[in-house]
Amino acid sequence: MMSKDSTSTKKSKSIYAPTPKLAAEETHILAILVNNEPGVLARIVGFYSGRGYNIESLTVAETNHDEHLSRITIACKGTPAVIDQIKAQLKRLVPVLKVSDLTMEGRYIERELALLKIVCTGDQRADAQRDADAFCARTVDSTPNSFIFEATDTASRIDDFVAIMMPHGLVDVSRTGIAAISKGNRVIGE
Amino acid sequence: MEATQKQDKTTTKPKAETKEMSGAEMVIEALIEQGVDTIFGYPGGAVLPIYDALFQQDKIKHVLVRQEGGALHAAEGYARSTGKVGCALVTSGPGATNAVTGLADALLDSIPLVCITGQVPTFLIGTDAFQEADTIGITRPCTKHNFLVKDQNDLASAMHESFHIARSGRPGPVVIDIPKDIQFAQGKYVSKDEAIMHSHYKPETDPDMKAIEEAVELMANAKCPVFYTGGGIINAGEEASTLLRELVRETGFPITSTLMGLGCYPAKDKQWLGMLGMHGTFEANWAMHDCDVMICIGARFDDRVTGMTSKFSPDSKKIHVDIDASSINKNINIDIPIVADAKKTMEAMLNVWRAKKYKADQKALKSWWDRIEIWRAKNCLAYKMDDKIIKPQYALERLAHYMEQDKRECYVTTEVGQHQMWAAQFLPFNEPNRFMTSGGLGTMGYGLPAAIGVQMAHPDAFVVDVAGEASIQMNIQELATAIQYRLPVKVFILNNEWMGMVRQWQELLHGERYSETYSEALPDFVKLVEAYGGVGLRATCVDELDDVIEEMMNNDRLTVVDVMVAKTENCFPMIPSGKAHNEMILSPDASAFDKSLV
Repeated sequence: MMSKDSTSTKKSKSIYAPTPKLAAEETHILAILVNNEPGVLARIVGFYSGRGYNIESLTVAETNHDEHLSRITIACKGTPAVIDQIKAQLKRLVPVLKVSDLTMEGRYIERELALLKIVCTGDQRADAQRDADAFCARTVDSTPNSFIFEATDTASRIDDFVAIMMPHGLVDVSRTGIAAISKGNRVIGE
Repeated sequence: MEATQKQDKTTTKPKAETKEMSGAEMVIEALIEQGVDTIFGYPGGAVLPIYDALFQQDKIKHVLVRQEGGALHAAEGYARSTGKVGCALVTSGPGATNAVTGLADALLDSIPLVCITGQVPTFLIGTDAFQEADTIGITRPCTKHNFLVKDQNDLASAMHESFHIARSGRPGPVVIDIPKDIQFAQGKYVSKDEAIMHSHYKPETDPDMKAIEEAVELMANAKCPVFYTGGGIINAGEEASTLLRELVRETGFPITSTLMGLGCYPAKDKQWLGMLGMHGTFEANWAMHDCDVMICIGARFDDRVTGMTSKFSPDSKKIHVDIDASSINKNINIDIPIVADAKKTMEAMLNVWRAKKYKADQKALKSWWDRIEIWRAKNCLAYKMDDKIIKPQYALERLAHYMEQDKRECYVTTEVGQHQMWAAQFLPFNEPNRFMTSGGLGTMGYGLPAAIGVQMAHPDAFVVDVAGEASIQMNIQELATAIQYRLPVKVFILNNEWMGMVRQWQELLHGERYSETYSEALPDFVKLVEAYGGVGLRATCVDELDDVIEEMMNNDRLTVVDVMVAKTENCFPMIPSGKAHNEMILSPDASAFDKSLV
């Protein structure tokens, strides 16, 4: 935001060229197939921070144990030009095998798992349970004064679930970040 | 075990007898197999086994620098002047951290390097051991790739893979971090052909023929075309420069180049417009601004080249050939992107141009050249001559004069600053791989060690480091290296007692507030080089200059020439920051600078 403001005011203190006006930002979900070697995640995360890009969500796990390949799913925000640059830069990294922009490449399934801890007693418990049921959340732990609900859904539905549980005594949330895969018979990187 | 199984599956030829040797011996064996004849380095505790192995062989020459930073720049000079991979060997901790600047420099200028760093033994990693640093973590963002080898049986493959990564695709520096216990341990050596490449790294180098045909058609129909070339052509090999010359001559188009691309096209040719960019020529920058078709090959639209991007060449269709897809559309939007090797692309372009019997629109091209000649007539590099005081431009013109007469191959390195820009403007670059300069990172202190690397590769050549009195002091300790190996490197200092480029910006953009840019205590460079064992010469006025240059040229020893030049000369022409190519300034007219930007 700082750089945007400074370009709009005429009396800029900078001797450098003002930052070009930015186009509208959009969130893209990228699926990245990498060699699961030491430091590969640091390489990806370091590239994002080093070039000033933001990661909104990141998940990673080895998905092919025989060939030691990991799949990283990153949700990141930027103008279309920035997203293109991110993809090109990712492909430059030596351990990166494939990069897929799921948002660009057609329909895809997106899921995130969340665990919500609610501290409540008495009558409040029924209210909490009712709203959790409405979101098809499973009750994975229950004590006389607490619940843990597990929900699996899109990130925005999880946001809604968190918001609705807030007044019921929500004290702790753990979210996995987005996992995503394209619909149909298309395979990553094709 | 898994590795050997894989290997059995993939190799068809009968397996050579696996050689058992220590990790340190594997390093040497792999270097020899990769064709390394010279390595620049500095010993230390964590690389002692490798130095021991070096001592017991005679195929690789080790050059002992005086600081690890020098080793990296020397390897860069060696690499850029030969087209081979440059090699450096440094110890753990401070050895590796001193190497960082050279690695970052090589990354930005796409110089192929393999830097071997020692590491504390594997069982001490993470314990804050003596001379331990997280070399992999520190060098990750300033290398193309890096490896930490934790098993001696992976070492040979990792060595071969380092060279493969350093030289293929867009070249760059690779660090291979080897713990001391791995250097001692006995393991199996695998040869270059048997090495297991874990990374599947295979960059695309063949151009898309549809894009080539589209590009060549655009070129054939152009009215005001311009070639904009860069260091990528040098990295594509000597043949790429030959192809570029053919392409430029057959089309009849004008050509300009970035700092890194100087020499790809002969500067003495009439189609040559000179360097472009912030301190490029008037004709090159105006041609870039007014062209209708821009053919960019192996350059990356760097901010020092484009000026204000929103005003950059507004009416042109742009063709961009680059081996790195991330260079395309990074700063400037491209109409026809071609992700491929420059040599292969130009070969394909020439084939299409000839097969389709294309010919440039001669009438349009003639009027385009007429306009260019008007810009050229501005004589933008003109400077005011003085009878007594040596103008830095004049000093370089005289140096150029003597270089042109010299029968030897001439190689030029520079430090960073005004002298670097003047060298680019005034020295003749007619062949590729002859000009070594820190373009991307702008590393002061690059030139002297780079010249040492060049001279090691070309013992009979004339190698000169054009320097400033400030830059040269950043790696002046390397004079001792030149003495030790009897390298007749020349250092041509344009001494104006100021950090000239910074002073110029302070004068033009910061209200003449000269904050910390004057060196109050300069050494006597003549006495200094004499103390090291070299020859020191000084020119204080115009009359002395020719004799001093002549003496330097005829000298077969390390020679430092201290040329006392005009103190406040500025480097022009110049595109002030935030301005377009057609807003460049020819003279130090202060009113032409937008002070509101300060």
